[in-house]
Amino acid sequence: MTELIRYITKPHPVSGVTNSKLGIWLFLISEIMLFGGLFSAYVVLRAGDPEWPHGFTHLNVPLATVNTLVLITSSVTMVMAWASLAMNQFNNFRKHMALTILLSLAFLAVKAFEYGAKFQHGHYPSTDLFYGIYFTLTGLHALHILGGVVVNTYLLFPGSKLWKENPEQFTGRVEAAGLYWHFVDLVWIFLFPTLYLL
Amino acid sequence: MSDAAHSPEAIRKHIKTYIAVFIALGVLTVVTVAVSYLHLPLWKAVAVALFVASVKGGLVAAYFMHLISEQKIVTYLLYLTLFFFVFLLIVPFLAQYVA
Repeated sequence: MTELIRYITKPHPVSGVTNSKLGIWLFLISEIMLFGGLFSAYVVLRAGDPEWPHGFTHLNVPLATVNTLVLITSSVTMVMAWASLAMNQFNNFRKHMALTILLSLAFLAVKAFEYGAKFQHGHYPSTDLFYGIYFTLTGLHALHILGGVVVNTYLLFPGSKLWKENPEQFTGRVEAAGLYWHFVDLVWIFLFPTLYLL
Repeated sequence: MSDAAHSPEAIRKHIKTYIAVFIALGVLTVVTVAVSYLHLPLWKAVAVALFVASVKGGLVAAYFMHLISEQKIVTYLLYLTLFFFVFLLIVPFLAQYVA
């Protein structure tokens, strides 16, 4: 098979990593700047308003704590999915990947419940600056979760055919999806205290 | 990560680390929530929350994202990004100062 993109399973001699890994890291770097801009906006809004409310007076902290633990657990199952492939245990990969997807859906379900409760009380993104930045940051983050669910579901079902054909390339794909997933977890690790606890 | 780090024996060792990191992340989550119930003055609360979040984020990046054993090109790119990221967060304060 002719390789259209070179060095996707073997490290590039210059960079020392596969082009796939370099690619996902460059994507994550752009993501850091995307969320960084919004965090910066949050700092501007909060610093400019002496009446800015504490997150815990408006938002459901216990529910978000549970959701934080759910997302952390999904990061562990994701890294275990990759480790299973690295140890040549395809069945364990499937179990851990399925668990990761279920936990991601649980996170989204809790988030939807939270949004529903806010809407019921008449709190919308247009209500005030607090809810504006809250819905923007958590909404963008939830979209990232959704994107991760789509990619991971692909890797669990149709995409896993690649395992028989080219296990190294498939393991690389799961590793890249994992890097993305841990990044999404990492963003939440900062969003949670910033929005809910301060 | 190098090929040696991908051997089944090495991976088995990694799994123990993943479980330890998992426990640490859970404990730190409980700690940061517990501290928020103390209602500390804002700047103290911010300092504690950001410190705990940074430790948690560092654990995720170092162990789950394998940055602790990653090639230099990735870590150098991230240092560069960190510089711009911090700059992005400082910009609002600079703007206020100028104004």
